Amino acid sequence: MKVYLLCLGLFCIGLYCILRKRNIIKIILGFIIAEYAVNLFFILAAYRMEGRSPIFAPDAKIVNMVDALPQALVLTAIAIGLANVALLISIALRIYDKYGTFDITKIRELRG
Amino acid sequence: MMQIYLLLGAMIVVAILAVELKDLLSSIVALGAVGLLLCIAFITLKAPDVAITQLVVEILCLIILIRATLKRDLPFSTTGRWFLNTLIAVIFISVFLLVAAKCLKDLPQFGYPIMRVAGTYLKEGMTKTGAANIVSSIELDYRAYDTLGEATVLFATVIGILAIVRKSGVKKEGEEDSEENE
Repeated sequence: MKVYLLCLGLFCIGLYCILRKRNIIKIILGFIIAEYAVNLFFILAAYRMEGRSPIFAPDAKIVNMVDALPQALVLTAIAIGLANVALLISIALRIYDKYGTFDITKIRELRG
Repeated sequence: MMQIYLLLGAMIVVAILAVELKDLLSSIVALGAVGLLLCIAFITLKAPDVAITQLVVEILCLIILIRATLKRDLPFSTTGRWFLNTLIAVIFISVFLLVAAKCLKDLPQFGYPIMRVAGTYLKEGMTKTGAANIVSSIELDYRAYDTLGEATVLFATVIGILAIVRKSGVKKEGEEDSEENE
């Protein structure tokens, strides 16, 4: 249970960064930290005491494997997270080209 | 068990560093350290496939972020409604933590997951799909539509990035709308 709370603490650091920081790159960093925390939470929920990784061996009988389903889902989520970050960075670069700053308080007028 | 606590503590410390450092490049390097610690945590939690993917994605992410911030660093400004912003952020986070702590009570205890679906996969995956690695047999056989959707999302993202960063077709200053060359 304490492990889950630590993981939530990591998520909250990302959330604080998203809510509080003004630099767009810092906001993207907070987004990435929150995403890491969620991935870690899934893997933590899949862990089994004294478990083995879910790979069979031809010559040994492996029992007590960890939960394989969240691992497969997180594998998908990590790749999509990279795509998210690339899209966010390209939008941030476009904003920098247009306004010459990463500071979100300086981006006021919508010059469409 | 102890390693997981240590890794999580180190991740939290480095994440606070990444958030609070003034220099953007240093923050990004600290974020890379968080990602690599996460990779070690995945290996400790017996998820080698996820750890490999995380390593590759982390390095790609670092390259993209460094490319974005190179020669674009700017000083940190602290003007504005500092107190109000911090108060709103803290209230939001504490409400989130309260709700989350309430929900965490309903989860199964750490280390003893309910494996109703995955138990079937672990029992029958080897004979039905012929893959020794159960994660890849779930990813590419039982839940192949999921992977197809992931590939669709990736291609949609590539199209979106190309549409955002292209130079031609972008309206110049004071020019009329010209949408016909899309």
